[in-house]
Amino acid sequence: MRLTQSFLSNISVRNVSKSTTVHAVLLAYTVIALFPILIVIVNSFKDRKGIFRDPLALPTSDTFSMVGFEQVLLRSDFGLFAWNSIIVTVLAVGLVLLLGAMAAWALTEYRFRTNLLITFLFAMGIMIPIRLGTVSILRLMVELNLVNTLTSLVLVYIAQGLPLAVYILSEFVRTIPKELVEAARCDAVSEYRIFFSIILPLLKPAMATVAVFTMIPIWNDLWFPLILAPSEETRTITLGVQQFVGQYVTNWTSVLAALTMAIVPVLILYTIFSRQLIRGLTSGAVK
Amino acid sequence: MANLQLKNVQKRFGNVDVLHGIDLDIKDGEFVVLIGESGCGKSTLLRLLSGLEEISEGDLIIDDQRVNTAPPAKRGVAMVFQSYALYPHMNVYKNMAFGLKIAGQDKAFVKSKVTDAAKKLKIDHLLERLPRELSGGQRQRVAIGRAIVREPKVFLFDEPLSNLDASLRVQTRVELGKLHQELKATVIYVTHDQTEAMTLGDKIVVMNKGRIEQVGAPLELYHHPKTQFVAGFIGSPKMNFLSGKIHLQGTESTQVMLESGRIIVASVDSSHLHQGQTVTIGLRPEHFSRQCVDNILVGQVSLVEHLGEVSYLYMDLNGEGELVTKVDGDNDHRAGDELSFGIDPRKVYVFDEQGAALDRVKLQ
Repeated sequence: MRLTQSFLSNISVRNVSKSTTVHAVLLAYTVIALFPILIVIVNSFKDRKGIFRDPLALPTSDTFSMVGFEQVLLRSDFGLFAWNSIIVTVLAVGLVLLLGAMAAWALTEYRFRTNLLITFLFAMGIMIPIRLGTVSILRLMVELNLVNTLTSLVLVYIAQGLPLAVYILSEFVRTIPKELVEAARCDAVSEYRIFFSIILPLLKPAMATVAVFTMIPIWNDLWFPLILAPSEETRTITLGVQQFVGQYVTNWTSVLAALTMAIVPVLILYTIFSRQLIRGLTSGAVK
Repeated sequence: MANLQLKNVQKRFGNVDVLHGIDLDIKDGEFVVLIGESGCGKSTLLRLLSGLEEISEGDLIIDDQRVNTAPPAKRGVAMVFQSYALYPHMNVYKNMAFGLKIAGQDKAFVKSKVTDAAKKLKIDHLLERLPRELSGGQRQRVAIGRAIVREPKVFLFDEPLSNLDASLRVQTRVELGKLHQELKATVIYVTHDQTEAMTLGDKIVVMNKGRIEQVGAPLELYHHPKTQFVAGFIGSPKMNFLSGKIHLQGTESTQVMLESGRIIVASVDSSHLHQGQTVTIGLRPEHFSRQCVDNILVGQVSLVEHLGEVSYLYMDLNGEGELVTKVDGDNDHRAGDELSFGIDPRKVYVFDEQGAALDRVKLQ
């Protein structure tokens, strides 16, 4: 009896120590990942002297200052930049999801001659960074008269996000039981309706994953806004912030304040998508 | 409701022939069971009927119309899948109403249809639930309900009970039988379970390797199998097969010599065979009797299975092979016992080398 007890306690001790290790590792990672963000947020509430004297300190009554936020909101078009970023991100992510799901469905469900070729092209899209084509993209946009428009950014981001989206969504489409589609065909549901009424709702959790994957690089991108849409009206947040970074003097209070505010919209979008991530929808479809 | 005809229906996947020309007539209101081992083409045949797969050659005729190329819904067939295939994100009501909604029926009509079907299947209290909140049996009913509301000419069932547990399967089987009588619909039902086939079918189609072996009423298949395959397939436990040679041929009585030299007499017509030709005799486990003095077989019991009302004795026939006999449940036989059984010559089946059954002399 005592033996079993000690054996059992042994197991639980081992379990506890194991889960402690796991948690310690994850916690350490979280700290490392969050530390820079925290520093940015903390320092955005300090004045210039406070930032440089002790970057790691919390704002005190002496160093606390909202001057950065004031400058950003009053002396620049922060509202416009944020709006541009949101428009571009939402449109690009939305279209990547829709087109990606459609392509994934078509490539896995239907057999046609160019199927393999198209799949291969998407795979190439994952492997080759889109920035290698920047010069040609710029030329193309100039010819299309799309330079300094948000449309150019949306188009480029769709091209950037689509290959991975198609790849991930294809895997999920394959997990949808074939009988569901066949049952719908027996119900005389058109192929379009099958996609929109059955496949799309079942892909929701996967699409949330893809949305998060796609959204972050678009939101953070500096490259394409700088090249394709640097005009005052079409600047995105990341580009807008750059006006406080000077060649000789950088207005750190404003940069940090702008970055802090730039985190908020993306955090909201992430929360919306991540709620979808948790739901497992396919359970109960087939035994 | 509908008559259904298949004329030389063939199916190829690439270079592989799956169905080699199926001819079948199904009358209005019939409950037809397709049965066979897995891979025999029964599910493929069902999918051809449903329109989910294309027919490679031959004609499918429903109510005098060739519907080879018609899409599933236009054929007036509804399919119930083995895995139920309920739309997971729709509740029971929406699952059942989806087909009608797509067809553009008006809301009140759809509602009355769905509630009627739900009442019939006793799932009217579950209409708001999602499929994942239902038990296996309830999901099965919803799947059947989804087929019923469309009022199809022909119901297609693809092994609908094989995902249910044993007791529920029996219960659902009975309900399916009742439902068929109530709806008077034409049903084509695929299964590999011969109990389902025997109990539900008006007509059983036994399939083997892409061909129809025999079509007939359940008892006809049991009593008069045309081939060794059908004889072995229908009946539980399986028919015993012993190989031997024709010893004495005749039109009313045939003597077969087993490898050990023992003679078995059978009331079959073997006039077209000659002496010494290899044949297989078939003996059903339930036809053995300890009182019978004809065709005595002696052996040692190697295993006893008690099922309550009956027991199965697995016998080792001292060099003549093995066989199973079915005896009364109240017995005290044990492994190792030496027993002898007889069997009425009129209940002995004989099959030639190609597996075709020899005609049995009509019982007077």
